[in-house]
Amino acid sequence: MTFLREAALVAGKDLRIERRSRVALAQILPFGAIVVVMFAFALDADRTSLPAAAPGLFWTAVLLAALLAISRSFSVEEANGARDGLRMSGLDAGAIFVGKAVAIATELFLLEVVLGAAVIALYGVTVRGAVVLVIAAVAATVGLAATGTVYGVLATGLRARDTLVPLLVLPAVTPVMLGASQAFAAALDGKNTDAWPWVQLLIAFSVLVVAGGTMAFGPLLEEA
Amino acid sequence: MTSGLQGLRRYWFGATVTVALGIAALFALVISPPDADQGDVVRLLYLHVPTIWVAYLAFFVTGVASILWLVPRTRRTEWDLLAGASAEVGVIFTGITLVVGSVWGRPTWGTYWVWDARLTSTAILFFLYLGYLALRRTGATADERGKRCAIAGLIAFADVPIVHLSVTWWQTLHQNGTVFNPKLEVTIHGSMAFTLVWSVAAFTLFYVYLMLRRLQLAELEEGLEERELELAIAERQRVEEMVTV
Repeated sequence: MTFLREAALVAGKDLRIERRSRVALAQILPFGAIVVVMFAFALDADRTSLPAAAPGLFWTAVLLAALLAISRSFSVEEANGARDGLRMSGLDAGAIFVGKAVAIATELFLLEVVLGAAVIALYGVTVRGAVVLVIAAVAATVGLAATGTVYGVLATGLRARDTLVPLLVLPAVTPVMLGASQAFAAALDGKNTDAWPWVQLLIAFSVLVVAGGTMAFGPLLEEA
Repeated sequence: MTSGLQGLRRYWFGATVTVALGIAALFALVISPPDADQGDVVRLLYLHVPTIWVAYLAFFVTGVASILWLVPRTRRTEWDLLAGASAEVGVIFTGITLVVGSVWGRPTWGTYWVWDARLTSTAILFFLYLGYLALRRTGATADERGKRCAIAGLIAFADVPIVHLSVTWWQTLHQNGTVFNPKLEVTIHGSMAFTLVWSVAAFTLFYVYLMLRRLQLAELEEGLEERELELAIAERQRVEEMVTV
């Protein structure tokens, strides 16, 4: 089996679990939506400050929901010795990493579409520079999902896993948070040229984390 | 177990560090003149600059020790302990730097905090290694902890320049220039320069001292675990013998 087929197998498994258990759909997605609503309360539903802050608020909501998705992705491996099964499966560790990251990224894309619609409707944002928005979102989401997958496996089996992962992930994804918010803000302002450096940063970050994660995942998965 | 000679050497080293820090305090608080613009507030910089220097040094050591642990040929438990000890010192000194910087910023800039690139990335650095320390504290066997922490240490190490770059861009591309420039005056009075250099040297020695003590503590902790295990086994054997008798 090739690397990509193995990765697709793992991603398919994770997404199938999510489709059947509906945790992502029934819990993580509504969580993201309620965060978007909460921000309106925090900013007093101001029609000028909400659209201005929309890019940052959108990505904060995505980030918070991503923490849940990461946690979920590794809690499904804890039950019934699933992690041992994964380890014994003979699949390439790097492929397992890519597969799990792809599954998280897919869930996040779905979430971003819904939250994006919510932000447009609720905050009164006018969409501009759609191409830049999509490229930035893809790069940011890959970076988020890959970072989350690395830290997710890093904390597997530890007693304080659920509280540890957010503390590890949030500072590490500062470049994603900044890059995505700034790229979105520039694109929505109609300044696509200002957005490109950020998009490049996001792409570079994602490439680095995916490469690093693919290498580090084997040793991390191996241990008891 | 440390011998008496080592204990004596440590004592003298500790005394030297104390004297060096005392001289630094004397120069910083008494001998060096107040700054023309900042007045006495400038004295805080003799603490601020050395602490961040030590913090950078400490995180650098953590990164290098993590790499040395990860390379199979150089893998030794000591590298893991060194990485952890250094990160602890680094986090504390970063914390001190942030607090002292804020206190200095209030009278100088008129505010405790500006979202300047350097300040922001230092704050992120603080949280990055705080997470690393939290990871170290979750119970696991030494080997397992070593692997997780070495990789986490390496990620943090590699992430710092990217964080710094992104925050710098954030400031230069987006905001209308920070009014305040936290750069040190390059043209400083002779005794001020000396005080600064001396403080940096004294704090570097202090770092080495703290590291030695922390590593010694880590060894004792490991020894304690072994002793407890031995005691538990002995106790178990005793109970079993009593039952068989």
